[in-house]
Amino acid sequence: MGDKRVARGRRPELVDDAPGGAASAPPSSFVEVRDLRIHFPTDDGIVKSVDGLSFALERGRTLGIVGESGSGKSVTSLGILGLHNRRNARVSGEIWVGGTDIVGADPETVRKLRGRTMSMIFQDPLSSMHPFYTVGKQIVEAYRVHNDVSKQVARKHAIDMLGRVGIPNPAKRVDDYPHQFSGGMRQRAMIAMALSCDPELLIADEPTTALDVTVQAQILDLLRDLQQEFNSAIIMITHDLGVVAELSDDILVMYGGRAVEYASVDDAFHRPLHPYTWGLLGSMPRLDRERTARLNPIKGSPPSLINVPQGCAFNPRCAFRDLNDGRSETERPELVELEPGHQAACHLPLDKRRELWESEIRPKL
Amino acid sequence: MGAVGLLLIISAVTFGIFFLVPKAAGVTSDDLAARFAGKTPDAATLEAIKDRFALDEPVPVQYGKYIKSIVAGDTYDTGVETIDCPAPCLGYSFRTNQPVFDEIVDRAPVTFMIAIGAAVLWLLAGITIGVVSALRRGSVIDRVSMGIALAGVSLPVFFTGLLSLAFVVHRWQLLPEVNYRGFSDNPFSLLLPWICLAFLYAALYARLTRAGMLETMNEDYIRTARAKGLPERTVVVKHGLRATLTPIMTVFGLDFGLLLGGAIITERTFSLPGIGQLALDGIYQSDLPVVLGATMVVALFVVLANLIVDILYGVVDPRVRHS
Repeated sequence: MGDKRVARGRRPELVDDAPGGAASAPPSSFVEVRDLRIHFPTDDGIVKSVDGLSFALERGRTLGIVGESGSGKSVTSLGILGLHNRRNARVSGEIWVGGTDIVGADPETVRKLRGRTMSMIFQDPLSSMHPFYTVGKQIVEAYRVHNDVSKQVARKHAIDMLGRVGIPNPAKRVDDYPHQFSGGMRQRAMIAMALSCDPELLIADEPTTALDVTVQAQILDLLRDLQQEFNSAIIMITHDLGVVAELSDDILVMYGGRAVEYASVDDAFHRPLHPYTWGLLGSMPRLDRERTARLNPIKGSPPSLINVPQGCAFNPRCAFRDLNDGRSETERPELVELEPGHQAACHLPLDKRRELWESEIRPKL
Repeated sequence: MGAVGLLLIISAVTFGIFFLVPKAAGVTSDDLAARFAGKTPDAATLEAIKDRFALDEPVPVQYGKYIKSIVAGDTYDTGVETIDCPAPCLGYSFRTNQPVFDEIVDRAPVTFMIAIGAAVLWLLAGITIGVVSALRRGSVIDRVSMGIALAGVSLPVFFTGLLSLAFVVHRWQLLPEVNYRGFSDNPFSLLLPWICLAFLYAALYARLTRAGMLETMNEDYIRTARAKGLPERTVVVKHGLRATLTPIMTVFGLDFGLLLGGAIITERTFSLPGIGQLALDGIYQSDLPVVLGATMVVALFVVLANLIVDILYGVVDPRVRHS
């Protein structure tokens, strides 16, 4: 924890020192993303899906990235894996994973890291697995790209992995096709595939959205157990704050392609310092609340990523926009460290925010 | 089972076209018999034909006899001689004095060789070009090959065929005369017909493959394959192409089945004695038994090709197999 705080505290300087990313200091964390920008030029203009994102993550820990659809979560995760087509995406900044900068490295190097050092669990396991190959074959394939073993050995490993993620009778199910699995089983198989090479970084992109609640809980338990076993770093991408609370150590709240709050889960849930985070918490259903209490959705819709509002991207939807003399309309707030390990990007005075949280937001949750 | 039913329906339809429609149009049984007999029939032949098709009997009896002769064979008694037409009797050509089935079997090797050679060429060329175009979408290669494909689809075989015959064979003498009569001949003398026919189909398949690949390469499972760290070639061939080829297989089954029934224009252009040429000659010479027989055979090939595609679909797509 201490290690990471140092890294976080130092990051703004790093970004300033090395805008081009060429002569930057080597990373001190296992995963370090510095000033990541992923832009897509289109006929209508440049879509700035990710626009200056920085975070760090150690092995054995979990970072939850939350935000609405179109906030840049999934684009970020694909960027870490180096999966953006270089012909239609402009990626700049740095993504350090285990000592390699994914943005600057050549494609072949990145390919060899994919699946082995870093792997990904996708959102919809039915469309994410090839319909024409058995589950076993797909795991065997993932294993054999990176391990020089015979098909028999790889098959044994695949059965092993399926058993480990809790698929009953794996020696038989290994020859089933994805469509013969139930939704939860498919997600387990997907996890088995992603974990087949013991990756050090696992990115889970909404791993539970397609599943019903009981299966969701099982999958989260599974991820937690596997993390302990493999000591991997996990990036959990979700719009479900419940999932984040359950599994993550840190949380990064994204809005309009940028981080608006970056804190430990404890801080983010109990002392959040950004109005958007307040909004997310307010729109989350809770069991400990009276049933008659209504959820408070955040009014309005996410900004267009082509014309991001000039000042604070959240300003047009912010419930407290009148409180700070129009500064948020013209000047984009930077992400600054307000407390040790707790960053937020908002122009409202810190004391005012603390006061609002305690007096207005928290009692309504 | 479905295929057998389909063949029965086809036999009924051809029967209807050749026997019932003329009858409904007021053609007498004598006239009808004359049509089957070729150009100058004698009275005995006419009688034999009327007897053979039971032209004076009620329709169900006619159809029954028609089916029976296909399944069990038939004999004609022309008064002068007795003609034996063993099963499957698709009719007897009174012009050539041969059972139609024997004629078709004689011609089949030519048609088969044309179809197989062309199919190999067009699959190789069409799919390769389609894949490359899809992967390099918008590039020079893509534009040029899609331009050629458009030309290919638009240019009929009698145009490309005649041009290539005139220049490649006659003026520049790069290739020998196209001459192929049966399996004992060198199949590579068919190179020119293969290329002309394949040009047409390759263009179509290149477009099909390109469209299919563009769609497939955007699928989630392609992203997964890349996320596993597979080399791009494996992603394209094993994951992308594999899924793209399944629908193309269906189209191929139909095209190939139809070609086996005779590549009429190609055979005509290159003067190749195949099934298509046989049917065409049958029409020119009013040799109705030949036309009837050839029609049945073409239908049979299309049905068989479809059947094979259906079976293959189960092999290729596990989702079909299990439902």
